[in-house]
Amino acid sequence: MSLVFAGICSHAPGITGRVNMADRAVTEELYGAYRGMADDLAASKPDALIVVAAEHFANFFMNNMPAFAMGMAESYEGPIEDPKWLGIPHTAVPGNAPLSQQLIREIMQTVDLAYAEEWKFDHGVMVPLSFLTPRYNLPIIPVNINCQGPPLAPLHRAWALGEALRRAADQVPQRIAMIGTGGISHWPATPDSGKINEQWDREFLRRWQSNDKGAMLSYTDEATYRDAGQGGFEIRTFISIAAAARGQGRLQYYRPIPIFSVGCTIANMSIGN
Amino acid sequence: MSMSLYHMQKFLFDINRDRDLQRQFKEDMRDVLNRYALSPEERGALESGDIGLIYVLGANGQLLMHFAALLGMSWVDYIAAMRAGVGRHGPVRAGVYAMTTRLDEKVADV
Ligand SMILES: [Fe+2]
Repeated sequence: MSLVFAGICSHAPGITGRVNMADRAVTEELYGAYRGMADDLAASKPDALIVVAAEHFANFFMNNMPAFAMGMAESYEGPIEDPKWLGIPHTAVPGNAPLSQQLIREIMQTVDLAYAEEWKFDHGVMVPLSFLTPRYNLPIIPVNINCQGPPLAPLHRAWALGEALRRAADQVPQRIAMIGTGGISHWPATPDSGKINEQWDREFLRRWQSNDKGAMLSYTDEATYRDAGQGGFEIRTFISIAAAARGQGRLQYYRPIPIFSVGCTIANMSIGN
Repeated sequence: MSMSLYHMQKFLFDINRDRDLQRQFKEDMRDVLNRYALSPEERGALESGDIGLIYVLGANGQLLMHFAALLGMSWVDYIAAMRAGVGRHGPVRAGVYAMTTRLDEKVADV
């Protein structure tokens, strides 16, 4: 039928995995914001949720690394990480293979993407789902962008992927929701973990909320690496969502939480024509 | 990327996701490592579980983070081990996971 919901949120593993090391009031505030997003998502009555997430070497490796990939399985499982380490129990997650196929065929008109009939969800998908669909009863269609092992797809290709996702979502009979998950500035899995460039984050979110394509695509990977760390490469997932939604963003929550290694972010975007 | 760094990371990728390989590694570490074309330094670092050196050699953090957890390291110890590795062996030699903070810094109070 159409795209009925679009949003972005953080997926850092610490959000669920290191909760015992965090300030309780801060965590409650963040978790409340995730619950708010879950309510907005449910109110849109989606038939399926596309999750545009970032590669962390869970499914793909440098022997065969796609710039973009989409899941095409009947069901998925996760987390691939130790459930105790991540704080999320191992579970099966439903997919929708025929719907994936239909979407992929349309996306391929403009974007060459890989598909995968086997896919294990890592924190990039599981952390958001643990809040948004905690009973794992909504069919999920995962999309992966390589934000991890350079060379990475240029930002304008992430934008093109988002446009293709929108075209595809508008062509299927189902009601499609879509979220992008990632961090803005962050230096995860380094000794710098916890470093956050709040000013850079707020500027990126300003560009994202006003859906300023030119400003979002003007970042170079060199500048992003310098100012926002290697984790900043994940802005690709947020950019895809802006391209798909074509609307205006509303920031619901932003707060740097060093023990979670990221400026925790939750926002949604209106669906433009 | 050097060929052996690729193989060291391939080992980390494999062991992070394969429970059988994790068991084999615990039983006979050398036999498992023989399957990968590693430099002597990489091999030594993996055999001794030297997270700091593996980090300095350029292992991708998303791979190393889970290997450290597999070795039973807490988050705090893992962060400290990487920082200590830079202190002992110098800056990270490859990849995009270089340390940008000071040796004595505690970024997230850990
Ligand atoms: Fe990530």
